[in-house]
Amino acid sequence: MNVMTRFAEAPQKKLDWQGYFELIASEVERLRQGDECVLSSLAAEQSDFIRFNAAKVRQIGQVSQGKLTLRLIDGERQAYSTLTVCGEPAADFGNVAGALATLREGLRDAADDPHLMVDRSSWTQSIRRTGTLPEPAALVQAVAERATGLDFVGFYAGGSLSRGFASSSGSRGWYEVENFNFNWSLYDASGRAIKSSYSGESWDEGAFAAKLAVAAARLPILSAAPRVLAPGHYRAYLAPAAVQELLGTTSWSGFSARSQASARSELYKLHAGEVAFDTRVELSEDIELGITPGFNEDGYERKTVPLVGLGRSVGQLVDARSAREYGLVPNGAPGSESPTALSMAGGDLADDDVLAALGTGLYIGNLWYVNFSDRMNCRLTGMTRFATFWVEDGKVVAPVDAMRFDDSLYRLLGSELERLGSQPELLLSENTWGERATGGMKLPGWLLRSIALTL
Amino acid sequence: MPNPHFHDAARTLRTHADFWSLRIVEERTQTHEIRNDIAQPQRMEQDVGAMLTAWVGAGAGYAATGDLSAAGLQAALDVATARAHATAEISLIDHRAIARPGKSGSYSSPNLERPLPGRKEWVERLGIECAGARIDSRIVERIARVFITETEQTYITSDGVRIDQHFRFLMPELSVAAHANGDTQVRTLGSYATLAQGGMEVMSRFEFDGAGVRIADEALQLLAAPNCPSGPRDVLLMPDQMMLQIHESIGHPLELDRILGDERNFAGSSFVKLDMFGKYQYGSELLNVTFDPSLPEEAASYAFDDDGEQAHKHYLIRAGMLERPLGGRLSQQRANMEGVANSRASSWNRAPIDRMANLNIEPGTSSLDEMIAGIEHGILMRTNTSWSIDDHRNKFQFGCEWGQIIENGQLRGIVKQPNYRGISSTFWRSLSAVGNADTRAMFGTPVCGKGEPMQVVRVGHASPACVFRDVDVFGGAQ
Repeated sequence: MNVMTRFAEAPQKKLDWQGYFELIASEVERLRQGDECVLSSLAAEQSDFIRFNAAKVRQIGQVSQGKLTLRLIDGERQAYSTLTVCGEPAADFGNVAGALATLREGLRDAADDPHLMVDRSSWTQSIRRTGTLPEPAALVQAVAERATGLDFVGFYAGGSLSRGFASSSGSRGWYEVENFNFNWSLYDASGRAIKSSYSGESWDEGAFAAKLAVAAARLPILSAAPRVLAPGHYRAYLAPAAVQELLGTTSWSGFSARSQASARSELYKLHAGEVAFDTRVELSEDIELGITPGFNEDGYERKTVPLVGLGRSVGQLVDARSAREYGLVPNGAPGSESPTALSMAGGDLADDDVLAALGTGLYIGNLWYVNFSDRMNCRLTGMTRFATFWVEDGKVVAPVDAMRFDDSLYRLLGSELERLGSQPELLLSENTWGERATGGMKLPGWLLRSIALTL
Repeated sequence: MPNPHFHDAARTLRTHADFWSLRIVEERTQTHEIRNDIAQPQRMEQDVGAMLTAWVGAGAGYAATGDLSAAGLQAALDVATARAHATAEISLIDHRAIARPGKSGSYSSPNLERPLPGRKEWVERLGIECAGARIDSRIVERIARVFITETEQTYITSDGVRIDQHFRFLMPELSVAAHANGDTQVRTLGSYATLAQGGMEVMSRFEFDGAGVRIADEALQLLAAPNCPSGPRDVLLMPDQMMLQIHESIGHPLELDRILGDERNFAGSSFVKLDMFGKYQYGSELLNVTFDPSLPEEAASYAFDDDGEQAHKHYLIRAGMLERPLGGRLSQQRANMEGVANSRASSWNRAPIDRMANLNIEPGTSSLDEMIAGIEHGILMRTNTSWSIDDHRNKFQFGCEWGQIIENGQLRGIVKQPNYRGISSTFWRSLSAVGNADTRAMFGTPVCGKGEPMQVVRVGHASPACVFRDVDVFGGAQ
């Protein structure tokens, strides 16, 4: 027996999470008592994770996991229980029954919940997309070969993602995709880097190699003497990945109806009509992007929600609980009331014209660690990172070491907004906090008359 | 203690790997919350799973599974072994050179045997503070909450090592928002910073009972306060802001895997380089920083890290001099440098990496009154609300909920939205006074983020109040 044979990986069993969830939902209905209502939600994945440093493998592994959330409603009382499931119905039925029994026992002492609200209609929707993903062993070999001589630091996450919903009223929602997200940084001797990403549902090693080659070709500019900038206001172009950081932070609770009603929204003044963005600013929670499930844990089918139109607030994300508390209409938002598929309309600035339109100023490829320095004025601070360059007369002339900005989104998207990119870029979420995330954003770049740098 | 079935299942595991380990984590979490006097639905979570790790030649691989049957564990070990084999020729780390864990043991959080109240009692207790905060029509949101987590984990290796650790964490929270005239000010008990191990004594340590009315009153004071002024001032940071200052500008820069470049694609690198240990003056001579897993009530105390290394207290910075990094066994071998037992994972579904645990500043000699009296033109800040730092952990900007002007050695008026910015590599050298043990307090958070795939882990930070000279201070928009 040679070594290759001895360690060859046996064909892996791929769990049928949708079939499993149907069986669980049936079992839950069998266990339901009286007028109880049960809403069940499943988040499952089988993911391969590979970390690279210096074009070698730092960590490689696979995670197979499923989390089932049961929400028991009896009259006006409710409680939640989330448990790990292994995907084998016979093995999980006992734990499901135990969780329901515990919930039922807990509701005996519970008070009525005046903000309880769920969708008791019946609907069915199902999305299943299979992908073509690389074999981990082949992928690490491809990186080792194609990144030879490069200081390649990166992370591959790929596999199947499933989200399910079932209710006692008969609703069934299923969202299952196979996709990958591979992002990497190429460092040069100065410690500066170019970051790239390749994501999708159909892996093509040639496409990966081409993206890697494009990034490698940009490395020489990093070795130029960096332009040292003093604090002040600078003309700037923010690439879509940088915009994602600004709007990602703003989205923590900036579009939440609950936060607005509590006067804690970072966009409070926008929603109150006290301030407005430039009239070209259009934002929506765009379910039609197809990158996030079309249902939420309250049992509502999700729909696209316009949030900002002609620069003014035209909507907020409302989950069922907020709807009942504040007398609003639920629009399928998740419990966090944060957007999961934020989309911003593009403008008239073609990608090929960005440097010429910028003229002299900062090209900011990425931002990092954005937070609020003044929430009520939506003032944000953060750092430039990765590909940030000084541009003169439409030509990149030098890298710029990390600089801190501190500026208000109202100013950046108001008086300082000169043009918007014409081709919004789809940026799938790279979040893997506990589980691989669905969703993302579709955003254009922003050409700004100025942004305030402070340190 | 953990189910003996796991040990039996481990005995049946078969692999051609040179070494394997099994780490099983079971975590049970309860959340109780009262918002605006309404009990929010109870939420319970039970998370259990296993990570199998295999070393084959130079390579290593892992597989995590929620299937804890003997067949499920064996399937995961097969995947881990195959991944290890696939990367043996292109592994960054030569696992043949890594020392294997050799000691068995156990750990329990303090007062674990004392039961906690049930749901009804929690609702009543939280409800009192939530109602207590209803002191004015300008108070627009009041939240009282407690997170309770019990974690049992077992680590077993092919060499016969077995480590059982049993933790219980509590995190009480209060948050009050006051709103008037287009402004909102929020005051908290310590937003996501009041995590500790133990039982009901945690509630007392954070002075939870009676805090509702105090925090509401402070939110109203902030609403009436002017913005923090701008310009250089001495800054007196209280322990609930010091925890963030330590975390971001000492803890993360000293993580050895960052220094070795592992995190450059996401969490970032460090301004600290390998050749700086033993000769770099990180801060003034008043600065003494320890990695201390031995304080039982602190959030990240443990006996062994998640790679099976026994944990001990070590000085990382002594009298301002940088001595030792935050690096676990693998990083120590790569850097040829001594570190600490800090290889940690967020749960069973993530692999261990170098993390902070309890990272503390040792007490100095100054009383709080002496520190205030020694400031001619300054500001006291407490309770972090905003944090941002560059990817080398150098240029930072932090904001607090509460500021109080100090002039000529006297505390003066309250100011809102106090922020300050600086550069780590020079900031700690401006440390001019370190409070004594009476000024020291212990905080912890469950949301220290890092890693690919991303992980949040629990960390603890104990610190006295500290004074820094000539810091760039500013407030919100005028």
